[in-house]
Amino acid sequence: MTEITLRSWLLAEIPGSRLQARCQWAFINWLAFKRNPVALIGLLIILGLVAVAALAPWITTSNGLELHLSERLQPPSSEHWFGTDELGRDIYDRIIWGSRITLYIVALVSIIVVPIGLVIGIVAGYMGGWVDTCLMRLTDIFLAFPRLILAMALVATLGRGLENAVLAIALTTWSPFARIARAEALTIRNSEFILAARVQGVSTIGILFRHVTPLCMSSVTVRLTLDMAGIILTAAGLGFLGLGAQPPTPEWGAMISLGRQYLIDQWWVPTVPGIAILVVSLGFNLLGDGLRDVFDPKSGS
Amino acid sequence: MDQTSANGQREAGSGLTLPSNLVKVTGVLASLIMTFIGLTAITFVIGRLMPADPVLAIVGDRASQEVYEQVYLQLGLDKPIYEQYFRYIGQLLQGDLGTSIMTAQPVADDIKRFFPATLELATIATLLGVFVGIPMGVVAAVHQGRWPDHIVRVISLIGYSAPIFWLGMVALLIFYANLDWVAGPGRLDVYFDGIIEPMTGVLLIDAAMAGDWEIFQNALSHLILPASILGTFALAYIARMTRSFMLDQLSQEYILTARVKGMPESNVIWGHAFRNVLVQLITIIGLTYASLLEGSVLTETVFSWPGIGQYITNSLFNNDMNAVLGGTIVVGVCFVGINMLSDLLYRLVDPRVRG
Repeated sequence: MTEITLRSWLLAEIPGSRLQARCQWAFINWLAFKRNPVALIGLLIILGLVAVAALAPWITTSNGLELHLSERLQPPSSEHWFGTDELGRDIYDRIIWGSRITLYIVALVSIIVVPIGLVIGIVAGYMGGWVDTCLMRLTDIFLAFPRLILAMALVATLGRGLENAVLAIALTTWSPFARIARAEALTIRNSEFILAARVQGVSTIGILFRHVTPLCMSSVTVRLTLDMAGIILTAAGLGFLGLGAQPPTPEWGAMISLGRQYLIDQWWVPTVPGIAILVVSLGFNLLGDGLRDVFDPKSGS
Repeated sequence: MDQTSANGQREAGSGLTLPSNLVKVTGVLASLIMTFIGLTAITFVIGRLMPADPVLAIVGDRASQEVYEQVYLQLGLDKPIYEQYFRYIGQLLQGDLGTSIMTAQPVADDIKRFFPATLELATIATLLGVFVGIPMGVVAAVHQGRWPDHIVRVISLIGYSAPIFWLGMVALLIFYANLDWVAGPGRLDVYFDGIIEPMTGVLLIDAAMAGDWEIFQNALSHLILPASILGTFALAYIARMTRSFMLDQLSQEYILTARVKGMPESNVIWGHAFRNVLVQLITIIGLTYASLLEGSVLTETVFSWPGIGQYITNSLFNNDMNAVLGGTIVVGVCFVGINMLSDLLYRLVDPRVRG
């Protein structure tokens, strides 16, 4: 009985409150998303990543940093599921703790990239004129850059380390978001509700933040999810080159880099972290494809 | 049948179309110059921000105060910042990228030695991506929703998602260490090193020109694995884009018309739909080639491939900033140049954009 009423509440033709309208929006999109089994797998992978990161202290037996030199380079066994590395650390534990670092990278890049992209894009799109021209020229310049090489050069200046790698990635990633936000702002700018808000005396900044920004969020979210795999791969690549997270941090790319010399005889040392990266970036790609099909059915394949 | 009249029209209207092409070309050139200014501004700022003292890097910390000041003035560090930037641009335009601390040679000369290896790798990888990825994409689109489509989608998803350096390691483990099908890291076996006079720097061409097929074979055996690994990304991207372009074309009405006329299906697909897709693919292939030139950094590290990516990485670890920034500029200019060129080509070829 409650099931039916909840469903009818969620699918009511005219929402009674703002809360109901929001819930309806989420529910209808969820119904569309649910129809895509591949996207659901992606969602499961990402939820799994978050769960593993949150539960890390309870599902590991060590902090992944302690050395046990007597147990170095042991093959996978019931005691060490993924074997041990060159310093006797359990690879399974390091992978689990490394998931926190992956999430940290993802969160940090998003926090930097989305606001920069949104502000530049929305201001350019809403203001138009020479402001638009200047900001978009800047965006185009950043869009045209080779990302990995530029990130490497930036890390060389800022110094090696996880935070600097993230900063370098963020500085080379924000431009597509500005493009998207600008396109959205351009279409919204002349709509009637914006005019209504302006007539009511809402300030420009108020209009930009309260009315334009929320409408840009769905396309920005889709793009962010699709870009996430690339961000993770770049961060892992910088880690692999020794420019990102530094040992003994259990960052997956750095783990591959350290395990490289054991490839031939102890294949599990560099191989397992690579599988972890593959699974997570696959998860983001699948989820991103699914979200795009829901929010932007035209551009989907 | 319409070919001749269309040509006639084009020739008759060439007096009108040429200026609009010219406008587009100058537009592309202008944005190329803007991007170049942006790129150099960033490398200039990076060079200024870096913690190492450029004068100390040249004279060493035992130099006297006079020598230090002399070099300081020589480098123009007493001038205002914009003057320093113009000086930097002037040097770049003359091909002067400074001197490498690591090799004690001009960076430009170093890059001339390392770049052909990267070019060779990226070119073969792009060719692999084009000649395998395009047919895959077409087949997937023609069989949309059936098993060939699913296989292509899975392959391209993995190509998108796998860390390339890890893929390279696994490939080395399987095809070199276990199966011994291909040669290992590096460009040549040690005993072949230095036999061939480097003419172009591209080993395959050099060996072929010298007529030394043993070396050609060895170089190919070294090249094939890193090129395939680097090409995986190209393949994934090209296959995916070809598929979506093809699906777009196949749903158009002219395809229906052709089918209704009773045209053979292979002719509909390759003669009609694919010809239109080919134009769109120009941009995609250019984009791929440019990103592979850049993206070869990780592959080069895994396969000890002595290309520009390795050069930049090694210089980074030795705090050799001239080399790092010089390499960044060269790769950046190639990257931007190829992208603009493919954009330009697309505008010139596609009649709809040509207007």
